[in-house]
Amino acid sequence: MFTTKTGENIFVIDGHTHLWDGSPANQKNIHGKQFIDCFYDYHHLSPDSYIWPKEKFERYTEEDFVKDVFEEGYADVAIFNPQYLGEFYHNGFSNLKRNEAFRQQHPDRIIANGFWDPRNGENGLDLLEQDAKTYNWKGVKLYTAEWKGNSKGWKLTDPWAYRYLEKSQELGIKNIHVHKGPTIRPLNMDAFDVGDVDDAATTFPDLNFIVEHVGLPRLDDFCWIAVQEPNVYAGLAVVTAFIHRRPHYFGEIIAELLSWLGPDRILYSSDYGIWSPKWIVEEFMDFELPAEITADTGQTLTLEVRRKIMGENAARLYNIDIAERCKKLGLPVPGKPEAAAAAV
Amino acid sequence: MADSNRTQGVWSALGTVTDPEIDESVTSLEFVTSVRIDSGNKVHIEFRLPTYWCAPNFAFLMASDMRDAVAELPWVENVTVRLLDHFSADLINRSVALRQDFRAAFPGETDDDLGEIREKFLGKAFERRQELLVRHLLANGYSATWITRISLQELMYLPLGNEGAGLRNLYLFIWKKIHREPTEKTLAFTTVDRNPLDPDTFRAYLRKLASVRRNAEFNGFICRSLLAARNRGHSSDRPQRERRADQNLP
Repeated sequence: MFTTKTGENIFVIDGHTHLWDGSPANQKNIHGKQFIDCFYDYHHLSPDSYIWPKEKFERYTEEDFVKDVFEEGYADVAIFNPQYLGEFYHNGFSNLKRNEAFRQQHPDRIIANGFWDPRNGENGLDLLEQDAKTYNWKGVKLYTAEWKGNSKGWKLTDPWAYRYLEKSQELGIKNIHVHKGPTIRPLNMDAFDVGDVDDAATTFPDLNFIVEHVGLPRLDDFCWIAVQEPNVYAGLAVVTAFIHRRPHYFGEIIAELLSWLGPDRILYSSDYGIWSPKWIVEEFMDFELPAEITADTGQTLTLEVRRKIMGENAARLYNIDIAERCKKLGLPVPGKPEAAAAAV
Repeated sequence: MADSNRTQGVWSALGTVTDPEIDESVTSLEFVTSVRIDSGNKVHIEFRLPTYWCAPNFAFLMASDMRDAVAELPWVENVTVRLLDHFSADLINRSVALRQDFRAAFPGETDDDLGEIREKFLGKAFERRQELLVRHLLANGYSATWITRISLQELMYLPLGNEGAGLRNLYLFIWKKIHREPTEKTLAFTTVDRNPLDPDTFRAYLRKLASVRRNAEFNGFICRSLLAARNRGHSSDRPQRERRADQNLP
């Protein structure tokens, strides 16, 4: 819960977080080392006082997560969007069992999404069905650039991917988080091209496609698709990290997203542990669009817009009743008239 | 020729090679880590990208462009280019040395036609540089209508301050690659497909160009930040940087 200077409470859902193990003990090969090293370089976009030692970054604990995300990072609910990376790490970069054990300790605060890989074929479909029931998945994170055998990536439009999307829909997994951004680029750079989201979103209108990292650096392509597909959402992981070192650029991106998608389809995310949410939330709540950007686009970050981005939009996707959840968590109900009324 | 002049010549040649996604030279981005000229007039270049994972197609493009740019120097007998600390360094280095094309470097793994990618990013560079120059002209009181009508000649002789002249140079360099058979009357500002601009939709057109510029800026910022972090030794072994290039962006 974030409280503004004027005393308004804002319900915060961190839409993209991780619990990972990138430590040397878990690394299978040089790729595993280079993967976490690359993340650690991204980590250095943080303000200097938020830079972690390498050892913490490689493998932080559940206690670190609680402190960084819930106690200091203002999040009331956090969503795990795990990455398996079985070719790089012995027990996976994220581990579903570890995630689930942690979720069970904080069932009202953690949503643990899963993942699937269409290259697992028929067996993978069975596994998805089992996993979805075991873990009660409401969402999955798809990483289309994941290596597997000789393959360096796949597309949402692959015939097998469609079968997995169909299965997801059948199992009630409504939220499809797709990594479309920088970080790790596959051999064929098109694996992070956003074009396949367009076709998948049209074919599966009842699923929500949250495009993580808004396709950066292909923001124009992403906006074009999102305008046409009402079930496409912007996930702000990575984008938010720009706020500290490139605030003007951050403002340009937010204004573009507001212009094209409107305020109801943008989801705040910190991408913890790449970055600590505390500084991101504080800087975002304090941020105003530069005057020339407002003049150019007509957009402003009103309190209502911030509320939507910080929590209300994700709450809608994950069927979270904010007033009810606040009562459960012993928190004040955010000061919006209808939410307050509903809580009575 | 003195050794220092030859070394300088190599750095200048490398300064004409750009990272297509960022539209800045590989020397100003500090990708080139060393240049060595041996007794047989062979030039040995090493470069390192911001991450182990940077797209191999762009790495390949930059490596072969560096090889070709330096090979044009009259005294150069041979050029080797070595990409360091990259997941497909061995394949890329081998293919660039053998002058293979990208598909031959990664048989069966890619359909990428690098000629197409090169064309696509040339177009983006044209749009990015055009947007910067046009915004500068608008800020200095030139009207949208005038901008859409002037010829290349008029643009070339337009009196501009330092900043404007610099932006114009950058733009003209790319303009000549897009307008391959210009006449005196060819418009200074056209779409990348060489069509005239419509003053009535000029604002919307500029916004589209701005998004191209923003993507390049994003890449540039990320690349610089990651390379700085990588070179500070937060992650992998650090390279030995011999010297920084004087950079001459085309």
